[in-house]
Amino acid sequence: MSEAGTQVGIARLRAGGVAPLRSVDEAAVRAALADVPDPELPMLSVVDLGIVHRVRVASGDGPIHVEILPTFVGCPALDFIKASIADRLAAFGRPVEVVATFEVPWTSDRITPQGRRALEAAGIASPGEPQTAASLIALEPRVPCPHCGSRDTVLENLFGPTQCRTIRFCRACRQPFEAIKQV
Amino acid sequence: MTAVAPPIQDVPAVVLDELLRSMADDEFVIGFSDSEWTGIAPLLEEDVAMSSLAQDELGHAQALYALLADVIGIDPDPLAYDRETVDYRHCRLLDHGRGDWAMTIARRYLYDTADAVRLDALASGRWSPLAELVAKLQREERYHRMHATVWFERLARGGADPRARLIAALGELADDAATVFSPLSGESGLVDAGILEAPMAELETRWRAAIAPVFGALDLSMPPAARDPQRGRLDHGEAFRWLHGEFTMVRRSEPGATW
Repeated sequence: MSEAGTQVGIARLRAGGVAPLRSVDEAAVRAALADVPDPELPMLSVVDLGIVHRVRVASGDGPIHVEILPTFVGCPALDFIKASIADRLAAFGRPVEVVATFEVPWTSDRITPQGRRALEAAGIASPGEPQTAASLIALEPRVPCPHCGSRDTVLENLFGPTQCRTIRFCRACRQPFEAIKQV
Repeated sequence: MTAVAPPIQDVPAVVLDELLRSMADDEFVIGFSDSEWTGIAPLLEEDVAMSSLAQDELGHAQALYALLADVIGIDPDPLAYDRETVDYRHCRLLDHGRGDWAMTIARRYLYDTADAVRLDALASGRWSPLAELVAKLQREERYHRMHATVWFERLARGGADPRARLIAALGELADDAATVFSPLSGESGLVDAGILEAPMAELETRWRAAIAPVFGALDLSMPPAARDPQRGRLDHGEAFRWLHGEFTMVRRSEPGATW
């Protein structure tokens, strides 16, 4: 917990070489966050991943306050993401606070259309429509293969290399692929 | 750093402490038990699955310990790692050691189905820091429950040896199967405050109704009532003392170490 402050401090030091941005408002902060990649899915920005929740810019020289929604409760990349956000926003020359909140749950349908295209281009199937049914059948929609587009794919493993991914197999092109869990 | 939990009126910290500690310790202990399969699970897919499950559960424990730490005003790490074995409040269902694959699946199935009932009873609670976290946990636990259910049915219908092992595991766990619902001394306060929807005894009834069709379809005997519900989160035995030694090893050898 105490390291968050240190990270902000480090971020400010690193910002020395970056040209300071002039105006600071919420839109400017959100635009800057579009430069911050997710460490586990670096083809996506934190904005495309849909984890940026509330952004507040205090008046005067007050702090920039950013709330983010963890994709998974135990996401091990969370501290790294907070530091990356603080690092990027340090260019505004203001104190930066980044906190995680569960005020609204992150769900896979928060990934933007642009984010979904970036995932597909990297060979990771994006989550389909939001689901509510609690059965394995509900997890067996015909997720299209990101390599060949076939819908003849099967679930290999509910769990995958990171908390947010499952593993599937395409029977058409005989390739395994990862898919973002629908949560 | 997460947002600080707002206090709740008219519920003593000791009552919240008891609830959060029981939930956090449950997730912490089952997470470490699951991690005992990393590298040696019977299938590569299950090695990945159990490792990911363990990571989820330890993350849930971390979030629950953080909330508890806010309530009682201490750091979460000592809460997780510096207690003696007698001070942990996980349920005895999780005290049987890793065992074989059938034991692991039996424990996971019983725990995941019970935890789901408990989370349902907390999700619309009036204390928003917990209700919000629970809403998030439910989305992840759904995957755990599906995994456990598929394997539970696969072992029960998988021929003589898997079925015999599953029945033996359920037999060993029987007296502790319902201990997720061991009564909390302050639970009436939680119910009155609108944090917990119903007393644990009522939640156990709901759990039994939920799993009875599965046990019936698989021709398995339903778990009996807990032998001593008042001690369902006490008297941790040798298997937990061993696990505790494992998960506190780094902390003991390098006090204050951080990543």
